[in-house]
Amino acid sequence: MSMLEVDGLNVWFGKHQQRVDAVKNATFAVARGESFGLVGESGSGKSTILRAITGLAPDWSGTLSIEGQTISKRRPKSFYKQVQMVFQDPYASLHPRHSVDQVLGETLHLHGFQDIDNRVVKLLDDVGLGQKFRFRYPHQLSGGQRQRVAIARALAPEPELLLLDEPTSALDVSVQAEILNLLTDLRAARGLTYLMVSHDLSVVGHMCDRLAVMKSGEIVEIMSVAALRKMDARHPYTQQLFEASL
Amino acid sequence: MMNTLLDVENLWVKFPSRHGIFDAVRGVSFTLGRERLGIVGESGSGKSMTGRAILRLIRKPGIVEADHIKLDGIDLQTKSEKEMRAVRGQRISMVMQDPKFSLNPVMTIGDQIIEAYRLHNAVSKGDAYRKSIEMLEAVSISSPERVMRAYPHEMSGGMGQRIMIAMMLIPNPEILIADEPTSALDVSVQRQVLDIMDKLVKERGMGLIFISHDLNLVADFCDRVLIMYAGRVVEVCDADKLHDAQHPYTRGLLNSLPRLDAPSKRLEVLQRDPEWSEAPSVSGRI
Repeated sequence: MSMLEVDGLNVWFGKHQQRVDAVKNATFAVARGESFGLVGESGSGKSTILRAITGLAPDWSGTLSIEGQTISKRRPKSFYKQVQMVFQDPYASLHPRHSVDQVLGETLHLHGFQDIDNRVVKLLDDVGLGQKFRFRYPHQLSGGQRQRVAIARALAPEPELLLLDEPTSALDVSVQAEILNLLTDLRAARGLTYLMVSHDLSVVGHMCDRLAVMKSGEIVEIMSVAALRKMDARHPYTQQLFEASL
Repeated sequence: MMNTLLDVENLWVKFPSRHGIFDAVRGVSFTLGRERLGIVGESGSGKSMTGRAILRLIRKPGIVEADHIKLDGIDLQTKSEKEMRAVRGQRISMVMQDPKFSLNPVMTIGDQIIEAYRLHNAVSKGDAYRKSIEMLEAVSISSPERVMRAYPHEMSGGMGQRIMIAMMLIPNPEILIADEPTSALDVSVQRQVLDIMDKLVKERGMGLIFISHDLNLVADFCDRVLIMYAGRVVEVCDADKLHDAQHPYTRGLLNSLPRLDAPSKRLEVLQRDPEWSEAPSVSGRI
C-alpha cells in the first residue's frame, strides 16, 4: 500500500469564466519511505498539488488517499498528525510575534501532547538548533535557522508524510546544503516519506528517488532519478527543461 | 587593455548600530571595463550594498566612504545630489531584484516607460511612445503595444524583468548594475533575460555589473568574478576559471552545491574560518 495516492486530481480556482484549472488529471503514488519530487516552471501547478493534499486549496476533485484511506473534504485531526507541510518562505511562515517556544508549544498542545516541555527541547535538538534558540523570535534568527524552526514545527506531531514546498529556494547555497543534509538525516532516522516540490533539478536529483515533471497543470512524465542523471527524457518538454537548466 | 569605465578604490559602507558601527562593505576595490563583471556571495556579504553605494543610493544613517569612485575620471562622491540625478539612469542604470516591487502598480507600463524617458530627454509624447515600443522590441517582447497598455500585475515575472531592463536601457547608459536580475525567474526565462543583457553588452559596449548568489550562472555568463564574504572581496578570478578557484570559501560554496553528475549521500557543509572576514580585501582592479 502506498503512503500517498493521487488519482485523477483536478484543482481549480475561481468560477465560471474566471475559472483557472491549476492541476489537470494528476495521477501518481508515493510509496512509504520514498522521496518523490515534483518539478516544473512556476505556475505549472506543483505547489497547488501540495496545497490540495493539505486542504489549502478548497476546490478539487479526484481521489486522494493516505495509506489507503481516502481523504474527504473535511479532514479529521488524525490527518494532520500524519501529514505536515514545510513552506517555501521561512520569513513568511512563522508568526513574527511568537517565540520559537510558543510556535512549537502551540503545535504540540493542539495535537494533544502532554510532555510539551521535553518535546520542545527534543525537537530543537533534532533540527540542530539547541536550547539557546528556544526563546528567540523569528527576527532574531537567520533564514536557515527559521527554516529549521519551520521543519521542527512540521515534525512536532510526529508525521509520516512531509510535504516540502521549495524548502531551500529562499536560502543561500551553503545554508541549502545544511538544510538538505538535515532533511536527509531526519528521513533516515524517522522513516519519513517526502513529497518535495522544487524548480531546481539538482536539488531534486540529490533528495529524491523518483520525480514527476509538470507543465501547465499536467504531469507530462514520471521518471526515476537515475534517468534524470542520464538526462534520459522521453517527453520533449522534459528535454527542454533539462537543456535550460544545464 | 580595455578602457576603464568605473574605478572604485577602497569602498566602505558603514551603518551605526547600538553595538557600534557595522561595516557592510569593507575596503572593496575594483575596475569595470566594457565587460561583464560578476559579484557573488551569500546574503549579507555586501554585494548589493556595493552596487547601491556606487549610485549613492545608501541613505542616512548609512555612511559611504571611498578613496574614489570614478566614472570616466570624475569622482562621483564630489557630485551634488542634483548632479547625481543626471548620472543615475542616464549613465549608470540599475535593475533591481524583483520586478513586482520596482514597478508602480497603479500606472500602465507604457506610462511608466514614457515618464522615465521624458524625465531625461526633452522629447514629445509621440516620440517617447515610439522609442518605448522600440525598446520593448529590443528585449524580445512580442506584442509591445499590448504591453504598453497593461498594468504590472498583468505581467509574469519574466515579462516584468524584461520591462525593467527596457526601462533602464532607454537612456543608453554606459554601465548597467543588475542586482539579482534573474533570481525570481524560471530557468528557461532566466536564459532569455541573460541573452538580452549579453547582446546589449556586446552591441552597445556597455559595462555590466552582475550581482548574484548563483555561482554556476556567474561562471557561465560573466567575464570576471569578485567573490565577496563578510563585506570583503576574498578572491578575484576569471569566470571560466571559477571552478578552479583557490580560496577555501569559494571552494566551500562550490562543493555545497548538489550535482546531478556526481551523486553523494550528504552534501559538504561550509566550515567558516573567522580569518576569512579579517583578511584584507583582494583588489579587483586591472
